[in-house]
Amino acid sequence: MISTVAEQGVGDGSAAIKPRRVVPDVTVRFAGDSGDGMQLAGTQFTDTSALVGNDISTLPDFPAEIRAPAGTLAGVSGFQIHFSSSDIFTPGDAVDALVAMNPAALKTNVRSVKAGGIVIVNDDSFGANDLKKAGYASSPLEDDSLARWRVIRVPIDKLNQAAVKDSGLTAKQMDRCKNFFALGMCYWLYDRPLEPTLDYIVQKFGKKLPAVAAANAATLKAGYHFGETAELLGEQYRVEKAKLAPGVYRKITGNEAVVIGMAAAARLAGKELFYASYPITPASPILEGVADLKEFGAVSFQAEDEICAIGAAIGAAFGGALAATGTSGPGVALKSEAIGLAVMTELPLVVVDVQRGGPSTGLPTKTEQADLLQVMFGRNGECPVPVIAPASPSDCFAATVEAFRVATRYMTPVMLLSDGYIANGSEPWLVPDFAAMERMTITHPTTANDGEEFLPYLRNTDGSRPWAIPGTPGLEHRIGGLEKEDVTGSVSYDPANHQRMVRLRAAKVAGIEPAGAAYLWTGPQSGELLLLGWGGTFGAIKAAALELAKQGVAVSACHVRYLNPLPADLGDILKRFAKVLVPELNMGQLRLLVRGKYLVDARGLNKVQGQPFTIGEIVEGAAAFLRGEIASESRIVSTELPTAQTVLSSEG
Amino acid sequence: MSSAPELNVLKPADYASDQDVRWCPGCGDYSILAQMKKVCAKLGMDRSKTVFVSGIGCSSRFPYYMNTYGFHTIHGRAPTIATGLKLARPDLTVWMVTGDGDALSIGGNHFIHILRRNVDVKILLFNNRIYGLTKGQYSPTSEVGKKTKSTPMGSPDNPIRPISLAIAAEATFAARAIDIDIKHLEYVLERAAKHVGTAFVEIYQNCNIFNDGAFDFATDKQSKADTTLYLEHGKPLIFGKNREKGIRLHGMNPEVVSTAEVKADDLLIHDERTSDPSLAFLLSRMRYPDSPEPLGVFRDVEQPCYGDLVAQQIADAKAREGEGEIQKLITGPDTWTVT
Repeated sequence: MISTVAEQGVGDGSAAIKPRRVVPDVTVRFAGDSGDGMQLAGTQFTDTSALVGNDISTLPDFPAEIRAPAGTLAGVSGFQIHFSSSDIFTPGDAVDALVAMNPAALKTNVRSVKAGGIVIVNDDSFGANDLKKAGYASSPLEDDSLARWRVIRVPIDKLNQAAVKDSGLTAKQMDRCKNFFALGMCYWLYDRPLEPTLDYIVQKFGKKLPAVAAANAATLKAGYHFGETAELLGEQYRVEKAKLAPGVYRKITGNEAVVIGMAAAARLAGKELFYASYPITPASPILEGVADLKEFGAVSFQAEDEICAIGAAIGAAFGGALAATGTSGPGVALKSEAIGLAVMTELPLVVVDVQRGGPSTGLPTKTEQADLLQVMFGRNGECPVPVIAPASPSDCFAATVEAFRVATRYMTPVMLLSDGYIANGSEPWLVPDFAAMERMTITHPTTANDGEEFLPYLRNTDGSRPWAIPGTPGLEHRIGGLEKEDVTGSVSYDPANHQRMVRLRAAKVAGIEPAGAAYLWTGPQSGELLLLGWGGTFGAIKAAALELAKQGVAVSACHVRYLNPLPADLGDILKRFAKVLVPELNMGQLRLLVRGKYLVDARGLNKVQGQPFTIGEIVEGAAAFLRGEIASESRIVSTELPTAQTVLSSEG
Repeated sequence: MSSAPELNVLKPADYASDQDVRWCPGCGDYSILAQMKKVCAKLGMDRSKTVFVSGIGCSSRFPYYMNTYGFHTIHGRAPTIATGLKLARPDLTVWMVTGDGDALSIGGNHFIHILRRNVDVKILLFNNRIYGLTKGQYSPTSEVGKKTKSTPMGSPDNPIRPISLAIAAEATFAARAIDIDIKHLEYVLERAAKHVGTAFVEIYQNCNIFNDGAFDFATDKQSKADTTLYLEHGKPLIFGKNREKGIRLHGMNPEVVSTAEVKADDLLIHDERTSDPSLAFLLSRMRYPDSPEPLGVFRDVEQPCYGDLVAQQIADAKAREGEGEIQKLITGPDTWTVT
């Protein structure tokens, strides 16, 4: 797998020639204090890797506190990037190279590094006080506790200060540049060009803060040249371009894809977008993104609370806008009553739930899939709502457009169930051709639909009612949350009518035709084992299925995108496999639905650690299941340290 | 017939929907509905472009009885739906009907925010100082010591003064009227209709089932001249059967004086258009039985509407950047090509 190639370095020629190894894929993690700029370093490394043509997958992992006390374990912020010369589906199970800016970052992250992997530490941050804050009794650099790894001690503070000493910045400003020194080192280590980040520095600081721009550029270059010349880093690695399908690519996160999807849906519908939201992690970037779409005519409304956000969206939908609101699990709880109003009044609306760890405030910045049952059932009364779950960051674009198609065709609120992992994570995206996308046909009636009369609850063959909007002469009507009389929409407390309306609303949702793939499939049509998943676990489950197939298991993966209604053929699919395993980042919510609906003995592989699945966890869980080791309904992923066997080594 | 131009003049009855009105006989809501329809006809309001949005409670059944567009929403949330509707459809005329429980208790947060944003919505708060639809519990405007089924020993909490709260929330229009003082109610509704921005109208509304007589002090023929005071812009504050009493400022406090002893120039002169809300707030604190309760327009000032500012930002962005190109947005600034 690994070849060694001696090549000329890219420096000024004075540097010693170091060997350069070509490797298929690499996982790097930047870790430091939450004020150390690790997210920026990681994002820059990602952008550059994407632009040189690698496949990429990222995992930002940051604390809920903006600035936890410096140097403490709670304040550690990390950014992991997996880049590859072939298709990859996850941010990487184990880390090839860790940059640890302080002892706390080292302590919380080093166990993710492969045996023999590189650990670059900022040697200037291992003073007695730093060690104490991280809970180290003595320096781990001075004993053999890090013997499994290739530890490279670099005095990053001092080297950064030397690089920027003529910048005219204050000592504090100078210190804030050190993330780019570390980034420069990694650029050398993995043979990446500096130009994309140098361009970014000019764009970001160039005009307003030329001294800051110059200092960041200087320390980035200094880090690169340090890698080139210092003896500490013995060799360089190269990851060739990935062989992706031909076309134009960009990098995209899930939240970005939702924003772009909303704008595209509005254009496809010939309508203006109305997005109302209350800031909440991890959904806030959607509000910020729509706020930046004013030239598209999009209205973004920061409401006073979650309830106002959905109320405003419902009001806009009543007025004929393409309306949406977005939040995370706690916000969905607050919006529940209003979702019921949208169900009762049968107005089109998209509700985005970017899930995070719960219950209550839970783990705001960490991922989880534990809102499925909330969005399915968490309302008073019989209140069915369609649920669509994107499978990856880029899939958020298609899923968002589909959510609007379903909402407007069937006159219903639709839940779009994203999660923190795909919302913040990024991957390459083959840019779609907007002109080739199917337009959304939406009609607002302008005349009576029953002789002389307008009947607001007279349904079409899809079971949906007409979207007559205020401003239309002759169609004046009143809607509301009280039960409606069938056809006329007048208030009705009639027992038979209520039962009929409950059934009509349920039948409408049950009869929804997916506006895109109902599920994503990997592997043969039948076999021994089916891995059944949904949402952001797609990459890990697919990669695990491919790995298990390589090991000779007759395995397939079915990744459900439409969770309500479930795919029409899911019952048949489940029968074609001897065993069904449902890996979920919750305690078994899809499993509960599938067991209840299809009476199948599906077993669970469940994890609620605020972190995505590794491929290894699913491979191991599936293997255990096949060995008959999941006797109860589910297996919970261990929180023990990964062992040598469970860490998938790219050198293996 | 076809040659005659159609006289599209609507009468109050043309604004009535086909639904039976289901308020209790004798309820103050009937009068408010009647005056609203009169004002609609007088102003020639386009039924198809008018929307009544309400929350939950007796008052909130109002939209069902108007032959316009209407939305009977959920408890306390009418301001949110009205805000979204007006932002999405600036061409519509949006009225909101709410009650003391709906607007000031469960919906208190939305109430202050629609006011501070100055969304162009007219709010009618039917204040009967009781929960009627749930059969008689005390409300946030009930007086201290109110004995109800949920407060058998009297309510311990201070009431909210709706106009004080509205002014504190930066209301650009705040007024008060009484359900059965129909001429004055009609005047106030018309003033609200003509205000650009959020117009807040508190209407004293008698619930003859659960809180009968709550506003007798202001409606009783014998006493009302002494217990109420009709505000007129630019005029001194004078009341009493024979206009024998006036209000003068004593430091920061209004005091009742005799107009025989104090010249009109020395009385407090009403100014509904002053940008400083202090006078309007001071008037909102005047309460029976300590002083007469002011009726009419407390405050009517011009401020930019939220919707106009939002629309202006969109227009500015389009002028600066041109109409957004969707393919450019999808493609983004940084791409690479795989061949």
